[in-house]
Amino acid sequence: MSRPEIEVRGLHKSFGDNEVLRGIDLEIGQGEVVCVIGPSGSGKSTLLRCVNLLEEPSKGQVLVGGTELTDPDVDIDAVRRRIGMVFQQFNLFPHLSVTENLTLPQRRVLGRDKAQAARVAAENLERVGLAEKANAYPASLSGGQQQRVAIARALAMGPEVMLFDEPTSALDPELVGDVLAVMRMLAREGMTMMVVTHEMTFAREVADRVVFMDGGVIVEDGTPRQVIGSPRHERTRHFLSRLLDPAMAEVEEETSDQVGDGG
Amino acid sequence: MSDTELRSAPRRKGLTRRQKRSLSRGAQYVVFVAAVVAFAVSADWGQLKNQFAQADIAEQMFPDVITLALKNTVLYTLSGFVVGLVLGMVIALMRLSSVGPYRWFAGVYIEIFRGLPALLIFIFIGVAVPLAFPGTEIIGGTYGKVALALGLVAAAYMAETIRAGIQAVPKGQMEAARSLGFSPARAMISIIIPQAFRIILPPLTNELVLLFKDSSLVLFLGVTLEERELSKYGRDLASTTANSTPILVAGLCYLLVTIPLGYVVRRMESKAGEAVR
Repeated sequence: MSRPEIEVRGLHKSFGDNEVLRGIDLEIGQGEVVCVIGPSGSGKSTLLRCVNLLEEPSKGQVLVGGTELTDPDVDIDAVRRRIGMVFQQFNLFPHLSVTENLTLPQRRVLGRDKAQAARVAAENLERVGLAEKANAYPASLSGGQQQRVAIARALAMGPEVMLFDEPTSALDPELVGDVLAVMRMLAREGMTMMVVTHEMTFAREVADRVVFMDGGVIVEDGTPRQVIGSPRHERTRHFLSRLLDPAMAEVEEETSDQVGDGG
Repeated sequence: MSDTELRSAPRRKGLTRRQKRSLSRGAQYVVFVAAVVAFAVSADWGQLKNQFAQADIAEQMFPDVITLALKNTVLYTLSGFVVGLVLGMVIALMRLSSVGPYRWFAGVYIEIFRGLPALLIFIFIGVAVPLAFPGTEIIGGTYGKVALALGLVAAAYMAETIRAGIQAVPKGQMEAARSLGFSPARAMISIIIPQAFRIILPPLTNELVLLFKDSSLVLFLGVTLEERELSKYGRDLASTTANSTPILVAGLCYLLVTIPLGYVVRRMESKAGEAVR
């Protein structure tokens, strides 16, 4: 493996007294797809948001494409152009049409001219299968369609890395498939992806690596076969059994070491 | 307690609730109509008509009351609104700034200019500014002074409205913009403020109605004949004709603008209500 595309070293993050990340070390290589799983409050969303500095780490380093984001002198806006981010709540710009959602960032941030931005927008809407919705407004789209537009919007900026923060968690179950299909396509095309998700099927089939987090640390890191198929740690086994078969879970005592919900 | 007992609701003696309600409503109507009739009968309509509704005096006001007075009122209002909007935007952004002194300054500004009567601001602009900066002329003469005075007052109210509008835009919008590489300022201008303005268009239009009425305070600045607006024009004419008809006509001219504006605001509000999913 050449130099890692994403590199996280000794990352800590606290909100007040609440330490959400307690020393994370993680490397993601070029073209690698890494799924981050874990119970709510494990810090997985916070970790993802630290990778493009939407959250300011309390301690530690984050490097993307060899540039250190945590360097106070770095031009963060320039680095973020190389990192696409997809949110749980889509966060499309509701006052703009689908096409404008894709063209405005290109023009304002990358300085592309109107024609070029429109061309790139059309290409990317085509990729996510929504070319016919080009002139629609976000409010008239289903959740699944909005999320695909959000992915196209990120792709239109030509990112080297894509971050997904529970991209299907806000969707009705029957709409999840379309979004996962787009992500699968991206993975096949060789995009470097970091995906916080509860979709175990996706993790098993698409991810090169699965990272299990709990209590602000990485508990397990390996291939899907290892982490999901035969987890070594009790905590991983416990989480997976509750996730894969929620009906079988037992009522349990709240454990005192649970940290607040970071995502 | 058995089922049958529960089902047979206890019946009070006398009137049912429905009968009581229609009785009380009937009584309210009677009192209301009686009050209106008493008021109408006791007023001296002949006297009122003499003083306020002289057709020939009303006639001689046209077209000046529209082409001069209403035009000036609209001009004063719009210029004040523009100054207020620009200044209000700056104050709102200062109020939301992460820089302490900016927030502090904006807070003090809002408290002062919201707390003072607009009349005092007009007098201050008319008297204190020339004293403090002798020799300097406010650009635009009376128009500039009015725009400044109205703008200073309006900015305080608008700043709070704009701030509320900006804060009403979901946090995810700023995050999405930043993650696409927008700088904070650019995200504010391209993404947040356009959405905030959709939210605050109705209250801003209300502010325009208030300014429209406040523009009457121009008469405390001392204006030339050509610079008179509706209130001043009406009052001047009322004193030369020794009749109040011009006041009534001027009043109607205000309503000519404020009632349609109010209608527009209600339309926008109901539309905004529909848009919320």
